[in-house]
Amino acid sequence: MDGGNLLVEFFFGLRARGVPASLHEFTTLLGAMRRGLHFSDMETFYRLARSLLVKDVAQYDAYDQVFAHLFRGVDLPPGIPEEIAAWLENPLPRRELPAELIARLRRLGLDGLLEEFEKRLREQRERHDGGDRWIGTGGTSPFGHGGYHPEGIRVGGAGGGRSAIKVAAERRFRNYRADRTLDVRQIQVALRKLRVLHRHGARDELDLDATIDRTCREGGEIDLVWRAPRRNRLRVLLLLDSGGSMDPFADLVDRLFSAACSMRHFKALDHYYFHNCVYENLYADMWRSRAIPTAKVLAEHDADWRVILVGDASMAPSELLAKWGAIDYRHANDTPGIVWLDRVARHFRKAVWLNPTDESEWRYGTGAAIRRIFPMFRLTVEGIEQAAGAMR
Amino acid sequence: MTTRKTSAEPPAFDRFRGTERYVASRELRDAVNVAIAIERPLLVKGEPGTGKTVLAEHIAEGLGLELLKWPVKSTSKAVDGLYTYDTVQRLNDARFGDHDVSDIRRYIRLGPLGTAFTASERKVVLIDEIDKGDIEFPNDLLQELDDMAFGIVETGERFTAKHRPVVIITSNSEKELPDPFLRRCVFHYIEFPAPDLMAEIIKVHYPDLSEALMAQAVARFYALRSVDALRKKPSTSELLDWIGVLLRCGVSADALRREIPFVGTLLKKDPDLRAYTAGAIRLPG
Repeated sequence: MDGGNLLVEFFFGLRARGVPASLHEFTTLLGAMRRGLHFSDMETFYRLARSLLVKDVAQYDAYDQVFAHLFRGVDLPPGIPEEIAAWLENPLPRRELPAELIARLRRLGLDGLLEEFEKRLREQRERHDGGDRWIGTGGTSPFGHGGYHPEGIRVGGAGGGRSAIKVAAERRFRNYRADRTLDVRQIQVALRKLRVLHRHGARDELDLDATIDRTCREGGEIDLVWRAPRRNRLRVLLLLDSGGSMDPFADLVDRLFSAACSMRHFKALDHYYFHNCVYENLYADMWRSRAIPTAKVLAEHDADWRVILVGDASMAPSELLAKWGAIDYRHANDTPGIVWLDRVARHFRKAVWLNPTDESEWRYGTGAAIRRIFPMFRLTVEGIEQAAGAMR
Repeated sequence: MTTRKTSAEPPAFDRFRGTERYVASRELRDAVNVAIAIERPLLVKGEPGTGKTVLAEHIAEGLGLELLKWPVKSTSKAVDGLYTYDTVQRLNDARFGDHDVSDIRRYIRLGPLGTAFTASERKVVLIDEIDKGDIEFPNDLLQELDDMAFGIVETGERFTAKHRPVVIITSNSEKELPDPFLRRCVFHYIEFPAPDLMAEIIKVHYPDLSEALMAQAVARFYALRSVDALRKKPSTSELLDWIGVLLRCGVSADALRREIPFVGTLLKKDPDLRAYTAGAIRLPG
């Protein structure tokens, strides 16, 4: 395999792993390498390519995996594999993509990507008279490479020594993956996607355009026009399962809860608890000592509230489907849980279910039944983002 | 040899090397230098307290250039960074007729980016917390950052940067940034410093700190950070404050082994603090 192919392989490897690297970014990398910014050194190449191709720390882990896989065995110090180096020596025409890349794009049926790229190139050319700077080097001599000068420099960490492959193989960024469960801040970031802006409230914002317009119409007599500011008007109702099977996830749900509470992002946030399934009562506290009729909660929250149910959706079928089926034997419910869930779903325009367990757990059984009533998502960054999208 | 109009300085990659007071990891230095070399904005993300904002100050200091700061707020508009046109002032002046209002330029004020594009020497521009802006904010900046040029609609003037500024953008990931914007940036995520890098950072701030106290403080700090139940994990800046307090109060390394004095300097959330004092947080080791 020659070096060009290896780089192209790398590019497609990243895309296959869900890193949305574009041709634009790939050519930026080629341009930078043509200028010698990788210093013919694998470790520098590792960092250079990452800073140009990967724009999200959640994808650093995928990058590491692809890197470690593809460049295994070519990590012979000192430096970049000879075939890549040789390939880079070949002065490629500035505006052309490597032939291997084009062939590969066509084979994968990604012609659209290529067209879009060419279109952008054309636009750039028209706009800049051919003088855009983002691919080529425009006659700069390659930067000399001779390492860095240690005097007066503070280089952090141990530095050097470890090979790029080893760094990649360590997979230090595993914890940043989006499909992992998450901390409070990550949840907040994900929940922020849940917003709908409306102009609402007191008209206390000067509408400059309208003011000028009206003032002109009045022949210069200043006429101030005010409007309401844009605000997020979403109100959110959290319904949390505090049943025993949720115990392993108590921490996680607690984090979701504290994230949601500490956000001043929503216009209002209410929360209630339930035990395994929603019946005629919801509870104001986790220990279910203060019962509040579900009908009352529904009456107090109109259809515009967005509802997030959090639970593992796993229970005995009778708990969901049968009269008198509630797990607590003192609790005589004359309406099956599924009817109550259905009422909740019908009452609100948008409601979703977040499930901390693995998707395979809700393919069958009560999970599958509840999933037919509420769109169900995993309690992960990705899942919350998808849920937020579904509730907008 | 061809001369290039955009950079008068001789090409050199390793321009930014950190400064006496800022310890940059190799990764970060490389990312900064790549961004300078290919003249693209550098987008920096990372946990709060990992020095994203001060980075720009130190890049400016390290390169000997002036820094122009642009703190983004939820009400910021992209054009504000280029210039603002004070219509209200002009309207007012027109009404009371005590100023010459025919010259629009009197009412145009350049923003940080506009200043950098029109300056006669190279500047460093910090666009701080870009995610605080409106969702469309980054997209509205694309063209100007690509071209390093802008026009003033009101006067019809157009400026192209003589010296492409070094643009540093920070984000706390409160909002996702649009793809076209990301494509044009060099990206770096500042990792939370590993203990050995942290020791170096501490040394920069407290050169006289004894080895024993340093080792013990760093160990306690990382133990505390490893507790997953915390609402908010302590950051570098909090660690530095804490060590400052320890020094001022003459706490010994030995005392640290038994407890964490002044834990309020490290734990800022009420539930965390309560959990700690109640003994609910058990530190490993």
